[in-house]
Amino acid sequence: MQIPLLLEQLLNGLQFGFMLFLMASGLTLIFGVMGLINLAHGSLYMVGAFACAAVAAATGSFWLGLVASLAGAAAAGALVEVLVIRRLYGRDHLDQVLATFALILIFSEGTRWLFGSFPLYLDIPPLLGGALTLPGSAPYPIYRLAIIGAGLLVALGLYLLISRTRLGMRIRAGEADREMIAALGIDIRTLYTIVFALGAALAGMAGALVGALQSVQVGMGEPVLILAFVVIVIGGIGSIRGALFGALLVGVVDTTGRLLLPLALSSFISPSAAASTGAALASMLIYVLMALILALRPRGLFPAAAG
Amino acid sequence: MKQMMAAALVALCAGTAGAFAEPVKIGMITTLSGGGAGLGVDTRDAFLLAIKKSGNKDIEVVVEDDAQKPELAVQIADKMIQSEKVDLLTGIIWSNLAMAVVPSVTAQDVIYLSPNAGPSPLAGAGCNANYFNVAYQNDNFHEAMGQYANGDYKKTFILAPNYPAGKDSLTGFKRYYKGELAGEVYTQLGQTDYAAEIAQIRASGADSVFFFLPGGMGIAFTKQYGQSGVTIPLMGPGFSFSQDVLGAIGDAAVGVRNSASWSKDLDNEANKTFVADFQAEYGRLPSIYAAQGYDTANLILSAVAKASVTDKEAFRAALKEADFPSVRGKFKFNTNNHPIQDIYVREVVKEGDVITNKIIATAFTDHSDAYAKDCKM
Repeated sequence: MQIPLLLEQLLNGLQFGFMLFLMASGLTLIFGVMGLINLAHGSLYMVGAFACAAVAAATGSFWLGLVASLAGAAAAGALVEVLVIRRLYGRDHLDQVLATFALILIFSEGTRWLFGSFPLYLDIPPLLGGALTLPGSAPYPIYRLAIIGAGLLVALGLYLLISRTRLGMRIRAGEADREMIAALGIDIRTLYTIVFALGAALAGMAGALVGALQSVQVGMGEPVLILAFVVIVIGGIGSIRGALFGALLVGVVDTTGRLLLPLALSSFISPSAAASTGAALASMLIYVLMALILALRPRGLFPAAAG
Repeated sequence: MKQMMAAALVALCAGTAGAFAEPVKIGMITTLSGGGAGLGVDTRDAFLLAIKKSGNKDIEVVVEDDAQKPELAVQIADKMIQSEKVDLLTGIIWSNLAMAVVPSVTAQDVIYLSPNAGPSPLAGAGCNANYFNVAYQNDNFHEAMGQYANGDYKKTFILAPNYPAGKDSLTGFKRYYKGELAGEVYTQLGQTDYAAEIAQIRASGADSVFFFLPGGMGIAFTKQYGQSGVTIPLMGPGFSFSQDVLGAIGDAAVGVRNSASWSKDLDNEANKTFVADFQAEYGRLPSIYAAQGYDTANLILSAVAKASVTDKEAFRAALKEADFPSVRGKFKFNTNNHPIQDIYVREVVKEGDVITNKIIATAFTDHSDAYAKDCKM
């Protein structure tokens, strides 16, 4: 096992973690502020990816596509909040899960109706193509470094928004006591729509950035959604800081587990059996991690200040 | 959860009826929603195209969506057999769905024709006189790539998802590949990020990579591989480079070699007509799933012209003759009702703006499968 390969895999783990953070930050923001379990968050991720692919195909510019993904997902989020989600805040979590599950089906079939059943093409922008040479002479794709950068920027932006702005102050107040801030004359309905649209825009941006690496197709959001839920449960539901550390932890543990478990097993069973057993164990690893963390810290690593 | 997707279709063209002018009802269960819908849509469209072109007005096709869920496929099959009284069933894309549906269907003495999935249990000890596979046995394409790799490569890195068809794939490849393995990796089913595996491939000193990652997984892997700067040649079964995904992969796929029993440039009359008609009708190039759906329909049409569907014995015999113009050129059934056919190696090329496949070699002539000897029919 060479050191450069291990370093590269750590970087891959960080990059995967930041990808998860983009998705998990919106999910945890919406849960923290409104107490809403939004299963349709994966659909907003898909909307972002499709908006980016469609606009990039029409204009030839990934950057216009990225803008479209933010705008499209935010608009879809705001629309859904006003039409559906608004009626669910007072309901229990089961009703929220049912209604947002219905939204998944509506978004999936709606997207198929608009774009057809075949995956769309979306490539990384030429500006971020190519690879940098890491120490140890391994080339590393610039686009993946850019995802790490985007994740850092989003983390910083959310921190500043929540701790330094008036909107952030209201969001924190809304988390703490929603009746009180309504009584103080703040339009809580508009605040909720803004927060939901912001969370949707983050999901849409994640969809566009990741769509360039993966496949833009119907149903692409659901596997990521499951991981994003693992992340926010590990990090502490409602906590942005928890989402960041949870995402990085899941990313690094998953990536290095996939590499190291088969290697470790191959020292005492046949390579072929080690490959399949190691892969099976590696896929369980993050859930084992989640169970361990919940056993030690039932409210996650960084429990939100007020529940 | 999913309601009936499409109602009946009766071919409208005027034309000749078969020798037996009795109605034949075909039930098609296929995947029309969710991430795998592209495959089912191609199968359905080509199947209906063949029925329409035949002008046979006595054939009715009932299509329903299984949403790629085994339990739903079983429910639809029961409903089609018991309340809609279909004579034949077809359409399933995925091996896990086929394993859930086919044994109970054939046990009820209903004939099932597979347009895609070919899991090994149904080719060996679990074969059945009522089960006809018009596509391939699952291992076939992977075996062909293993055979082909012997010519060029000595140290291949192999990769597949950790589920039964993934293991069958690598088993099939290794059955014919004689070189050394640089590594053998199983990924998670549905995995979307392959940076870790790509780094392993680069560090392994491999001279080639064989991978089987169907659907979105293959799109993600191939794009990320192209972006990573690794230049070790890729190869895989035709599923990873079928027409339905090539558009989404883009230029990263160009030059990749893959194995299949069909390609759009295969030189025979039936294929030329099929490719032209499919493009005219649907405005896109057909995939291998479309080719297999089209052959399935034409096989049924050939049997309907020879025997009555109510006389099961005669109808099975008529199917087994495989007396139809296959778009694959030559086609016949082995003792286990699975194909004996040629398997080609294709290369992904760019024709103008369209990315598609071109045949560059023949890996196997008259290839059957490794399980036929276990079939006692």
